[in-house]
Amino acid sequence: MSLSRKIAVAGVYEHPTRFAPDKSMYQIMAESVRGALDDCGLTIKDVDGLLTAGMGMGPMGIVGFCDYLNLTPNYLDGTNIGGSSFVAHTAHAAAAIHAGLCNVAVVVYGSTAASSRFAIGTGGGHGGGDPCDQFESPFGPTTVGAYAMIAQRHMHDYGTTPEQLAEIAVTMRLHASMNPVAKYRDPITVADVLASRVISSPLHLLDCCIISDGGGALVITSAERARDLKKKPAYLLGAGETVRHAGRGQRDFLEIAAAQSGRLAFERAGVTHKDINMAMIYDSFTITVLSTLENLGFCKRGEGGPFVSGGRLRFDGALPINTDGGGLSSNHPGMRGMFLVIEAVKQLRGECGPRQVKNCKTALVHGTGGALGTRHSGATLILTNQ
Amino acid sequence: MPQQKEPRAYRKPLPHIDEENRPWWEAAQRHELYIQKCRDCGDLRFHPRALCTSCMSSRTEWVRCKGGGKIYTFTVTNQNQAAGFRESLPYVMAWVELDEGIKMLTNIVDCRPEQVKIGMPVEAVFDDVTPEVTLVKFRPAR
Repeated sequence: MSLSRKIAVAGVYEHPTRFAPDKSMYQIMAESVRGALDDCGLTIKDVDGLLTAGMGMGPMGIVGFCDYLNLTPNYLDGTNIGGSSFVAHTAHAAAAIHAGLCNVAVVVYGSTAASSRFAIGTGGGHGGGDPCDQFESPFGPTTVGAYAMIAQRHMHDYGTTPEQLAEIAVTMRLHASMNPVAKYRDPITVADVLASRVISSPLHLLDCCIISDGGGALVITSAERARDLKKKPAYLLGAGETVRHAGRGQRDFLEIAAAQSGRLAFERAGVTHKDINMAMIYDSFTITVLSTLENLGFCKRGEGGPFVSGGRLRFDGALPINTDGGGLSSNHPGMRGMFLVIEAVKQLRGECGPRQVKNCKTALVHGTGGALGTRHSGATLILTNQ
Repeated sequence: MPQQKEPRAYRKPLPHIDEENRPWWEAAQRHELYIQKCRDCGDLRFHPRALCTSCMSSRTEWVRCKGGGKIYTFTVTNQNQAAGFRESLPYVMAWVELDEGIKMLTNIVDCRPEQVKIGMPVEAVFDDVTPEVTLVKFRPAR
Protein backbone atom coordinates (compact mmCIF):
# COMPACT_ATOMS: atom_id res chain seq x y z
CA MET A 1 0.00 0.00 0.00
CA SER A 2 1.47 3.33 -1.07
CA LEU A 3 0.80 4.87 2.33
CA SER A 4 2.48 2.02 4.19
CA ARG A 5 4.59 3.37 7.11
CA LYS A 6 3.70 6.95 6.12
CA ILE A 7 0.90 7.38 8.65
CA ALA A 8 0.92 6.64 12.38
CA VAL A 9 -1.38 6.37 15.35
CA ALA A 10 0.27 8.96 17.58
CA GLY A 11 -2.09 9.17 20.54
CA VAL A 12 -4.61 6.80 22.13
CA TYR A 13 -6.93 6.97 25.12
CA GLU A 14 -9.30 4.44 26.58
CA HIS A 15 -11.82 6.04 28.91
CA PRO A 16 -11.54 4.12 32.20
CA THR A 17 -15.26 4.25 32.94
CA ARG A 18 -17.36 1.12 32.69
CA PHE A 19 -20.52 2.65 34.20
CA ALA A 20 -21.20 6.37 33.95
CA PRO A 21 -24.82 7.25 34.67
CA ASP A 22 -23.61 10.78 35.50
CA LYS A 23 -22.15 11.40 32.04
CA SER A 24 -23.57 11.91 28.56
CA MET A 25 -22.25 10.09 25.54
CA TYR A 26 -20.85 13.40 24.28
CA GLN A 27 -19.00 14.06 27.53
CA ILE A 28 -17.38 10.61 27.37
CA MET A 29 -16.40 11.29 23.76
CA ALA A 30 -14.94 14.72 24.56
CA GLU A 31 -13.00 13.38 27.56
CA SER A 32 -11.64 10.65 25.29
CA VAL A 33 -10.50 13.20 22.69
CA ARG A 34 -8.76 15.20 25.44
CA GLY A 35 -7.08 12.04 26.72
CA ALA A 36 -5.77 11.00 23.30
CA LEU A 37 -4.45 14.51 22.57
CA ASP A 38 -2.73 14.62 25.99
CA ASP A 39 -1.25 11.19 25.27
CA CYS A 40 0.67 12.49 22.24
CA GLY A 41 1.13 16.13 23.24
CA LEU A 42 -1.13 17.75 20.65
CA THR A 43 -4.05 20.12 21.38
CA ILE A 44 -7.57 20.47 20.07
CA LYS A 45 -6.30 23.40 17.95
CA ASP A 46 -4.18 20.91 15.96
CA VAL A 47 -7.16 18.73 15.01
CA ASP A 48 -8.41 19.25 11.45
CA GLY A 49 -10.02 15.87 10.78
CA LEU A 50 -12.81 14.08 12.69
CA LEU A 51 -14.14 10.56 12.31
CA THR A 52 -16.84 9.07 14.49
CA ALA A 53 -19.91 6.84 14.56
CA GLY A 54 -22.19 5.79 17.37
CA MET A 55 -25.25 3.90 18.49
CA GLY A 56 -26.72 6.80 20.42
CA MET A 57 -26.16 9.41 17.71
CA GLY A 58 -28.54 10.50 15.02
CA PRO A 59 -27.67 10.22 11.33
CA MET A 60 -25.89 13.59 11.55
CA GLY A 61 -24.28 12.83 14.92
CA ILE A 62 -20.82 13.80 13.74
CA VAL A 63 -22.08 17.35 13.10
CA GLY A 64 -23.65 17.41 16.56
CA PHE A 65 -20.35 16.35 18.11
CA CYS A 66 -18.53 19.10 16.21
CA ASP A 67 -21.06 21.52 17.73
CA TYR A 68 -20.41 20.07 21.20
CA LEU A 69 -16.63 20.60 20.87
CA ASN A 70 -16.94 23.76 18.72
CA LEU A 71 -14.91 22.09 15.96
CA THR A 72 -14.86 23.06 12.29
CA PRO A 73 -12.64 20.32 10.77
CA ASN A 74 -11.49 20.19 7.15
CA TYR A 75 -12.26 16.47 6.90
CA LEU A 76 -15.26 14.51 8.24
CA ASP A 77 -16.08 10.81 8.10
CA GLY A 78 -19.19 9.46 9.81
CA THR A 79 -19.02 6.00 8.27
CA ASN A 80 -21.09 3.63 10.40
CA ILE A 81 -20.53 -0.05 9.60
CA GLY A 82 -21.18 -1.24 13.15
CA GLY A 83 -18.59 -2.06 15.79
CA SER A 84 -15.77 -2.22 13.25
CA SER A 85 -16.30 1.43 12.25
CA PHE A 86 -13.32 2.78 14.17
CA VAL A 87 -10.97 0.23 12.65
CA ALA A 88 -12.14 1.36 9.22
CA HIS A 89 -11.93 5.03 10.34
CA THR A 90 -8.24 4.52 11.15
CA ALA A 91 -7.56 3.51 7.54
CA HIS A 92 -9.82 6.27 6.20
CA ALA A 93 -7.99 8.86 8.29
CA ALA A 94 -4.66 7.56 7.00
CA ALA A 95 -5.85 7.85 3.41
CA ALA A 96 -7.16 11.37 4.03
CA ILE A 97 -3.88 12.50 5.61
CA HIS A 98 -1.86 10.86 2.84
CA ALA A 99 -4.03 12.68 0.26
CA GLY A 100 -3.51 16.00 2.01
CA LEU A 101 -7.14 16.44 3.06
CA CYS A 102 -6.19 16.92 6.72
CA ASN A 103 -3.11 16.74 8.96
CA VAL A 104 -4.26 15.57 12.38
CA ALA A 105 -7.33 13.35 12.53
CA VAL A 106 -9.17 12.24 15.64
CA VAL A 107 -11.23 9.04 15.68
CA VAL A 108 -13.62 8.97 18.64
CA TYR A 109 -16.35 6.84 20.19
CA GLY A 110 -18.38 7.01 23.37
CA SER A 111 -21.45 5.28 24.72
CA THR A 112 -23.60 4.87 27.80
CA ALA A 113 -24.87 1.47 26.66
CA ALA A 114 -24.89 0.03 30.19
CA SER A 115 -26.34 2.93 32.15
CA SER A 116 -28.92 3.55 29.41
CA ARG A 117 -29.77 -0.18 29.55
CA PHE A 118 -29.40 -0.97 25.84
CA ALA A 119 -30.36 -4.59 25.14
CA ILE A 120 -27.78 -5.01 22.42
CA GLY A 121 -27.49 -8.76 22.11
CA THR A 122 -31.00 -9.87 22.93
CA GLY A 123 -33.12 -6.88 21.99
CA GLY A 124 -33.79 -8.08 18.45
CA GLY A 125 -37.09 -7.67 16.78
CA HIS A 126 -37.25 -3.90 16.43
CA GLY A 127 -37.18 -4.23 12.65
CA GLY A 128 -34.91 -2.14 10.48
CA GLY A 129 -36.00 -0.25 7.40
CA ASP A 130 -33.80 -1.87 4.75
CA PRO A 131 -35.32 -4.21 2.14
CA CYS A 132 -33.50 -7.20 3.68
CA ASP A 133 -34.94 -6.45 7.13
CA GLN A 134 -38.48 -7.05 5.85
CA PHE A 135 -37.56 -10.70 5.31
CA GLU A 136 -35.68 -11.18 8.58
CA SER A 137 -37.07 -9.13 11.47
CA PRO A 138 -40.46 -10.95 11.52
CA PHE A 139 -38.58 -14.10 12.61
CA GLY A 140 -36.86 -12.69 15.69
CA PRO A 141 -33.19 -12.42 14.81
CA THR A 142 -31.21 -11.23 17.84
CA THR A 143 -27.54 -10.33 17.58
CA VAL A 144 -26.54 -13.34 19.66
CA GLY A 145 -28.87 -15.58 17.63
CA ALA A 146 -27.28 -14.53 14.35
CA TYR A 147 -23.80 -15.41 15.68
CA ALA A 148 -25.11 -18.61 17.28
CA MET A 149 -26.17 -19.87 13.85
CA ILE A 150 -22.54 -19.59 12.70
CA ALA A 151 -21.38 -21.54 15.76
CA GLN A 152 -24.03 -24.22 15.15
CA ARG A 153 -22.96 -24.70 11.54
CA HIS A 154 -19.26 -24.74 12.45
CA MET A 155 -19.87 -27.40 15.08
CA HIS A 156 -21.88 -29.44 12.58
CA ASP A 157 -19.34 -29.24 9.77
CA TYR A 158 -16.10 -29.50 11.74
CA GLY A 159 -16.88 -31.01 15.15
CA THR A 160 -15.98 -27.80 16.96
CA THR A 161 -16.89 -28.19 20.64
CA PRO A 162 -18.46 -25.92 23.26
CA GLU A 163 -15.30 -26.50 25.32
CA GLN A 164 -13.11 -25.07 22.55
CA LEU A 165 -15.29 -21.95 22.35
CA ALA A 166 -15.29 -21.69 26.15
CA GLU A 167 -11.49 -21.60 26.25
CA ILE A 168 -11.64 -18.30 24.35
CA ALA A 169 -13.82 -16.78 27.10
CA VAL A 170 -11.54 -18.20 29.80
CA THR A 171 -8.48 -16.67 28.12
CA MET A 172 -10.13 -13.26 27.80
CA ARG A 173 -10.98 -13.34 31.51
CA LEU A 174 -7.37 -14.22 32.37
CA HIS A 175 -6.28 -11.15 30.42
CA ALA A 176 -8.93 -8.99 32.10
CA SER A 177 -7.55 -10.06 35.50
CA MET A 178 -4.37 -8.18 34.52
CA ASN A 179 -6.24 -5.07 33.35
CA PRO A 180 -7.11 -2.83 36.32
CA VAL A 181 -10.03 -1.14 34.49
CA ALA A 182 -11.62 -4.33 33.09
CA LYS A 183 -15.25 -4.80 34.14
CA TYR A 184 -14.99 -8.51 35.04
CA ARG A 185 -11.67 -9.63 36.55
CA ASP A 186 -12.39 -12.81 38.53
CA PRO A 187 -11.02 -15.90 36.75
CA ILE A 188 -13.48 -18.35 35.17
CA THR A 189 -13.12 -21.93 33.97
CA VAL A 190 -14.38 -23.85 30.96
CA ALA A 191 -16.85 -25.52 33.33
CA ASP A 192 -18.15 -22.09 34.38
CA VAL A 193 -18.81 -21.15 30.76
CA LEU A 194 -20.60 -24.43 30.04
CA ALA A 195 -22.67 -24.12 33.24
CA SER A 196 -23.86 -20.61 32.36
CA ARG A 197 -27.32 -20.51 30.83
CA VAL A 198 -27.77 -20.96 27.08
CA ILE A 199 -28.88 -17.62 25.61
CA SER A 200 -29.22 -18.81 22.03
CA SER A 201 -27.97 -22.30 21.28
CA PRO A 202 -25.14 -23.21 21.23
CA LEU A 203 -23.92 -19.97 22.87
CA HIS A 204 -23.94 -19.60 26.65
CA LEU A 205 -24.08 -16.38 28.64
CA LEU A 206 -20.30 -16.47 29.09
CA ASP A 207 -19.79 -16.94 25.33
CA CYS A 208 -21.30 -13.45 24.95
CA CYS A 209 -19.64 -10.06 25.34
CA ILE A 210 -20.61 -7.86 28.24
CA ILE A 211 -22.40 -4.51 28.10
CA SER A 212 -20.60 -1.51 29.60
CA ASP A 213 -20.33 2.22 29.23
CA GLY A 214 -17.12 3.58 27.80
CA GLY A 215 -15.31 5.42 25.09
CA GLY A 216 -11.99 6.05 23.49
CA ALA A 217 -10.12 8.08 20.92
CA LEU A 218 -7.17 7.91 18.54
CA VAL A 219 -4.99 10.68 17.15
CA ILE A 220 -3.69 9.92 13.67
CA THR A 221 -1.12 11.95 11.78
CA SER A 222 1.78 11.60 9.37
CA ALA A 223 4.67 9.36 10.47
CA GLU A 224 6.96 12.34 10.13
CA ARG A 225 4.95 14.45 12.54
CA ALA A 226 4.31 11.53 14.90
CA ARG A 227 8.04 10.97 15.39
CA ASP A 228 8.32 14.36 17.12
CA LEU A 229 5.47 13.70 19.56
CA LYS A 230 5.43 12.28 23.10
CA LYS A 231 4.87 8.57 22.42
CA LYS A 232 6.41 5.96 20.16
CA PRO A 233 4.34 5.93 16.93
CA ALA A 234 2.45 2.88 15.72
CA TYR A 235 2.82 2.93 11.95
CA LEU A 236 0.05 1.70 9.66
CA LEU A 237 1.38 -1.02 7.36
CA GLY A 238 -1.79 -2.15 5.64
CA ALA A 239 -5.56 -2.16 5.85
CA GLY A 240 -8.63 -3.70 4.26
CA GLU A 241 -12.40 -3.58 4.68
CA THR A 242 -15.50 -5.16 3.19
CA VAL A 243 -18.91 -6.67 4.00
CA ARG A 244 -20.70 -10.01 3.82
CA HIS A 245 -24.48 -10.51 3.71
CA ALA A 246 -26.92 -13.16 2.56
CA GLY A 247 -25.56 -12.74 -0.96
CA ARG A 248 -28.97 -12.89 -2.69
CA GLY A 249 -29.67 -16.09 -0.73
CA GLN A 250 -26.60 -17.92 -2.00
CA ARG A 251 -23.95 -17.21 0.64
CA ASP A 252 -21.57 -19.66 2.28
CA PHE A 253 -22.06 -18.27 5.79
CA LEU A 254 -18.76 -19.59 7.18
CA GLU A 255 -16.83 -17.37 4.76
CA ILE A 256 -16.84 -13.98 6.46
CA ALA A 257 -15.65 -10.46 5.64
CA ALA A 258 -12.31 -11.09 7.36
CA ALA A 259 -11.28 -13.40 4.51
CA GLN A 260 -11.29 -10.47 2.10
CA SER A 261 -10.27 -7.58 4.39
CA GLY A 262 -7.49 -9.69 5.92
CA ARG A 263 -6.09 -10.74 2.56
CA LEU A 264 -6.04 -7.10 1.44
CA ALA A 265 -4.36 -5.95 4.66
CA PHE A 266 -1.62 -8.60 4.46
CA GLU A 267 -1.00 -7.91 0.75
CA ARG A 268 -0.84 -4.17 1.31
CA ALA A 269 1.34 -4.49 4.42
CA GLY A 270 3.78 -6.87 2.74
CA VAL A 271 3.96 -9.10 5.82
CA THR A 272 2.86 -12.67 6.54
CA HIS A 273 1.06 -14.36 9.43
CA LYS A 274 4.42 -15.31 10.96
CA ASP A 275 5.22 -11.62 11.39
CA ILE A 276 2.18 -10.98 13.63
CA ASN A 277 3.17 -10.89 17.32
CA MET A 278 -0.31 -10.29 18.71
CA ALA A 279 -3.83 -9.70 17.40
CA MET A 280 -6.87 -7.80 18.56
CA ILE A 281 -9.89 -9.72 17.25
CA TYR A 282 -13.40 -8.40 17.86
CA ASP A 283 -14.88 -10.81 20.41
CA SER A 284 -18.58 -10.02 20.41
CA PHE A 285 -18.96 -13.76 21.01
CA THR A 286 -16.48 -16.60 21.33
CA ILE A 287 -17.42 -17.86 17.85
CA THR A 288 -16.50 -14.46 16.40
CA VAL A 289 -12.88 -15.00 17.43
CA LEU A 290 -12.69 -18.55 16.11
CA SER A 291 -14.32 -17.70 12.79
CA THR A 292 -12.24 -14.54 12.34
CA LEU A 293 -8.93 -16.33 12.97
CA GLU A 294 -9.83 -18.94 10.34
CA ASN A 295 -10.91 -16.36 7.80
CA LEU A 296 -7.83 -14.22 8.38
CA GLY A 297 -5.82 -17.31 7.50
CA PHE A 298 -4.14 -17.97 10.87
CA CYS A 299 -5.44 -21.54 10.49
CA LYS A 300 -7.37 -23.43 7.84
CA ARG A 301 -11.14 -23.42 7.67
CA GLY A 302 -12.47 -25.97 10.12
CA GLU A 303 -9.31 -26.01 12.24
CA GLY A 304 -10.33 -23.10 14.45
CA GLY A 305 -11.42 -25.34 17.34
CA PRO A 306 -8.02 -27.00 17.89
CA PHE A 307 -6.28 -23.71 17.02
CA VAL A 308 -7.87 -21.73 19.87
CA SER A 309 -7.14 -24.53 22.37
CA GLY A 310 -4.15 -25.26 24.54
CA GLY A 311 -3.40 -21.70 25.58
CA ARG A 312 -2.35 -20.45 22.15
CA LEU A 313 -4.35 -17.21 22.53
CA ARG A 314 -2.96 -16.32 25.99
CA PHE A 315 -0.75 -13.24 26.41
CA ASP A 316 2.19 -15.68 26.80
CA GLY A 317 1.00 -18.04 24.03
CA ALA A 318 1.97 -18.37 20.37
CA LEU A 319 -0.67 -15.88 19.14
CA PRO A 320 -1.80 -13.58 21.96
CA ILE A 321 -5.32 -12.24 21.40
CA ASN A 322 -7.23 -9.42 23.12
CA THR A 323 -4.76 -8.84 25.94
CA ASP A 324 -7.04 -6.21 27.52
CA GLY A 325 -9.68 -8.83 28.27
CA GLY A 326 -11.73 -8.07 25.16
CA GLY A 327 -15.43 -7.46 24.90
CA LEU A 328 -15.98 -10.73 26.71
CA SER A 329 -14.54 -9.34 29.97
CA SER A 330 -13.12 -5.80 29.79
CA ASN A 331 -15.65 -3.53 28.10
CA HIS A 332 -18.22 -3.49 25.33
CA PRO A 333 -20.06 -0.19 25.13
CA GLY A 334 -22.17 -1.18 22.13
CA MET A 335 -19.39 -0.87 19.56
CA ARG A 336 -15.88 -2.06 20.34
CA GLY A 337 -13.56 -1.49 17.36
CA MET A 338 -11.99 1.54 19.05
CA PHE A 339 -10.51 -0.54 21.88
CA LEU A 340 -8.96 -3.03 19.48
CA VAL A 341 -6.80 -0.27 18.00
CA ILE A 342 -5.99 1.25 21.40
CA GLU A 343 -4.74 -2.00 22.95
CA ALA A 344 -2.73 -2.91 19.84
CA VAL A 345 -0.99 0.48 19.99
CA LYS A 346 -0.30 0.08 23.73
CA GLN A 347 1.21 -3.36 23.10
CA LEU A 348 3.42 -1.94 20.34
CA ARG A 349 4.59 0.76 22.76
CA GLY A 350 5.23 -1.78 25.54
CA GLU A 351 2.78 -0.08 27.93
CA CYS A 352 0.79 -3.14 29.01
CA GLY A 353 2.48 -4.10 32.29
CA PRO A 354 1.80 -7.67 33.43
CA ARG A 355 -0.12 -8.51 30.26
CA GLN A 356 2.57 -7.14 27.91
CA VAL A 357 3.39 -9.41 24.98
CA LYS A 358 7.15 -9.91 24.84
CA ASN A 359 9.02 -8.42 21.88
CA CYS A 360 5.81 -7.10 20.26
CA LYS A 361 6.72 -5.46 16.95
CA THR A 362 3.74 -6.06 14.68
CA ALA A 363 0.06 -6.33 15.59
CA LEU A 364 -3.07 -7.13 13.64
CA VAL A 365 -6.48 -5.62 14.40
CA HIS A 366 -9.74 -6.99 13.05
CA GLY A 367 -13.14 -5.48 13.75
CA THR A 368 -16.47 -7.08 12.94
CA GLY A 369 -19.62 -4.95 12.79
CA GLY A 370 -23.16 -6.26 12.61
CA ALA A 371 -23.81 -9.99 12.77
CA LEU A 372 -21.92 -12.83 11.10
CA GLY A 373 -25.11 -14.82 10.61
CA THR A 374 -27.06 -12.13 8.74
CA ARG A 375 -24.84 -9.30 7.51
CA HIS A 376 -21.69 -7.70 8.77
CA SER A 377 -18.68 -5.58 7.97
CA GLY A 378 -15.06 -6.46 8.56
CA ALA A 379 -12.08 -4.12 8.81
CA THR A 380 -8.45 -5.17 9.26
CA LEU A 381 -5.35 -3.14 10.14
CA ILE A 382 -1.73 -4.18 10.48
CA LEU A 383 0.38 -1.89 12.67
CA THR A 384 4.07 -1.90 13.56
CA ASN A 385 6.48 -0.01 15.82
CA GLN A 386 9.39 -0.60 13.42
CA MET B 1 -64.55 6.87 23.54
CA PRO B 2 -61.44 4.76 24.14
CA GLN B 3 -60.58 2.39 21.33
CA GLN B 4 -61.35 -1.20 22.12
CA LYS B 5 -58.16 -3.22 22.38
CA GLU B 6 -57.93 -6.10 19.96
CA PRO B 7 -57.70 -9.44 21.69
CA ARG B 8 -54.38 -11.23 21.16
CA ALA B 9 -52.89 -8.42 19.10
CA TYR B 10 -49.91 -9.52 17.01
CA ARG B 11 -46.89 -7.80 18.56
CA LYS B 12 -43.91 -9.03 16.52
CA PRO B 13 -42.47 -6.81 13.77
CA LEU B 14 -44.34 -6.83 10.50
CA PRO B 15 -42.69 -6.32 7.13
CA HIS B 16 -42.95 -3.04 5.31
CA ILE B 17 -44.67 -4.02 2.07
CA ASP B 18 -43.86 -1.80 -0.91
CA GLU B 19 -44.27 -1.95 -4.69
CA GLU B 20 -41.01 -3.85 -5.09
CA ASN B 21 -41.81 -6.74 -2.73
CA ARG B 22 -45.63 -6.71 -2.91
CA PRO B 23 -45.96 -9.61 -5.41
CA TRP B 24 -43.99 -11.83 -3.02
CA TRP B 25 -46.18 -10.99 -0.03
CA GLU B 26 -49.36 -11.35 -2.09
CA ALA B 27 -48.19 -14.81 -3.16
CA ALA B 28 -47.51 -15.69 0.47
CA GLN B 29 -51.10 -14.71 1.27
CA ARG B 30 -52.17 -17.27 -1.36
CA HIS B 31 -49.84 -19.75 0.43
CA GLU B 32 -47.37 -19.81 -2.44
CA LEU B 33 -43.59 -19.34 -2.19
CA TYR B 34 -41.62 -17.63 -4.95
CA ILE B 35 -38.07 -16.60 -5.68
CA GLN B 36 -36.90 -14.38 -8.53
CA LYS B 37 -34.96 -15.44 -11.63
CA CYS B 38 -33.19 -13.14 -14.07
CA ARG B 39 -34.59 -13.55 -17.60
CA ASP B 40 -31.24 -12.55 -19.07
CA CYS B 41 -28.60 -14.47 -17.08
CA GLY B 42 -30.76 -16.94 -15.16
CA ASP B 43 -29.39 -16.08 -11.72
CA LEU B 44 -31.75 -16.77 -8.81
CA ARG B 45 -32.24 -14.29 -6.00
CA PHE B 46 -34.01 -13.74 -2.69
CA HIS B 47 -35.19 -11.42 -1.09
CA PRO B 48 -37.10 -9.78 -3.95
CA ARG B 49 -35.57 -6.79 -5.69
CA ALA B 50 -36.06 -5.01 -9.01
CA LEU B 51 -32.65 -5.70 -10.54
CA CYS B 52 -30.57 -8.84 -11.04
CA THR B 53 -27.56 -8.62 -8.73
CA SER B 54 -25.39 -10.52 -11.21
CA CYS B 55 -26.04 -8.61 -14.47
CA MET B 56 -28.29 -5.72 -13.30
CA SER B 57 -31.01 -6.64 -15.76
CA SER B 58 -34.54 -5.51 -14.86
CA ARG B 59 -36.08 -8.45 -16.73
CA THR B 60 -37.33 -10.70 -13.94
CA GLU B 61 -39.50 -13.76 -13.70
CA TRP B 62 -41.00 -15.25 -10.56
CA VAL B 63 -40.27 -18.93 -10.01
CA ARG B 64 -42.62 -20.87 -7.78
CA CYS B 65 -40.85 -23.06 -5.23
CA LYS B 66 -42.15 -26.44 -4.20
CA GLY B 67 -41.64 -25.48 -0.56
CA GLY B 68 -39.15 -28.20 0.32
CA GLY B 69 -35.70 -27.62 1.72
CA LYS B 70 -33.35 -28.50 4.51
CA ILE B 71 -32.03 -26.72 7.57
CA TYR B 72 -28.70 -25.02 6.80
CA THR B 73 -28.22 -23.75 10.34
CA PHE B 74 -30.38 -22.75 13.30
CA THR B 75 -30.46 -21.51 16.87
CA VAL B 76 -32.88 -22.10 19.71
CA THR B 77 -33.47 -18.60 21.09
CA ASN B 78 -34.01 -18.61 24.85
CA GLN B 79 -33.69 -14.87 25.37
CA ASN B 80 -35.17 -12.00 23.37
CA GLN B 81 -36.50 -8.99 25.19
CA ALA B 82 -38.49 -7.63 22.23
CA ALA B 83 -42.27 -7.53 22.47
CA GLY B 84 -43.93 -10.51 20.84
CA PHE B 85 -40.84 -12.68 21.07
CA ARG B 86 -40.35 -12.61 24.84
CA GLU B 87 -43.78 -14.21 25.16
CA SER B 88 -42.91 -17.01 22.71
CA LEU B 89 -39.58 -18.30 24.04
CA PRO B 90 -37.96 -20.59 23.23
CA TYR B 91 -38.30 -20.35 19.45
CA VAL B 92 -36.21 -21.71 16.61
CA MET B 93 -34.70 -19.34 14.07
CA ALA B 94 -33.03 -20.92 11.06
CA TRP B 95 -31.58 -20.42 7.63
CA VAL B 96 -33.38 -22.93 5.44
CA GLU B 97 -31.86 -23.86 2.09
CA LEU B 98 -34.66 -24.41 -0.40
CA ASP B 99 -34.40 -27.29 -2.88
CA GLU B 100 -33.96 -24.53 -5.49
CA GLY B 101 -30.68 -23.56 -3.76
CA ILE B 102 -31.72 -20.32 -2.08
CA LYS B 103 -31.37 -19.67 1.68
CA MET B 104 -34.15 -17.92 3.62
CA LEU B 105 -34.22 -16.79 7.25
CA THR B 106 -37.27 -18.26 8.95
CA ASN B 107 -38.68 -20.03 11.99
CA ILE B 108 -38.97 -23.78 12.42
CA VAL B 109 -42.38 -24.64 13.86
CA ASP B 110 -44.59 -27.60 14.69
CA CYS B 111 -41.84 -29.52 16.47
CA ARG B 112 -39.93 -29.45 19.75
CA PRO B 113 -36.78 -27.26 19.58
CA GLU B 114 -34.58 -30.20 20.63
CA GLN B 115 -35.71 -32.15 17.54
CA VAL B 116 -34.23 -29.58 15.16
CA LYS B 117 -31.01 -30.64 13.42
CA ILE B 118 -28.88 -29.25 10.60
CA GLY B 119 -29.69 -31.10 7.38
CA MET B 120 -33.22 -31.97 8.52
CA PRO B 121 -35.71 -31.95 5.59
CA VAL B 122 -38.38 -29.30 6.08
CA GLU B 123 -41.44 -28.00 4.24
CA ALA B 124 -42.96 -24.55 4.03
CA VAL B 125 -45.99 -23.68 6.13
CA PHE B 126 -47.87 -20.42 5.73
CA ASP B 127 -48.66 -18.51 8.91
CA ASP B 128 -51.39 -15.88 8.38
CA VAL B 129 -50.27 -13.65 11.24
CA THR B 130 -52.51 -10.69 10.29
CA PRO B 131 -55.15 -10.15 7.59
CA GLU B 132 -52.44 -8.44 5.49
CA VAL B 133 -49.34 -10.52 6.25
CA THR B 134 -48.53 -14.20 5.84
CA LEU B 135 -45.11 -15.39 6.99
CA VAL B 136 -43.40 -18.38 5.40
CA LYS B 137 -42.14 -20.72 8.11
CA PHE B 138 -41.00 -24.33 7.93
CA ARG B 139 -41.78 -27.57 9.75
CA PRO B 140 -40.19 -31.01 9.60
CA ALA B 141 -41.12 -32.63 6.25
CA ARG B 142 -43.98 -35.10 6.53
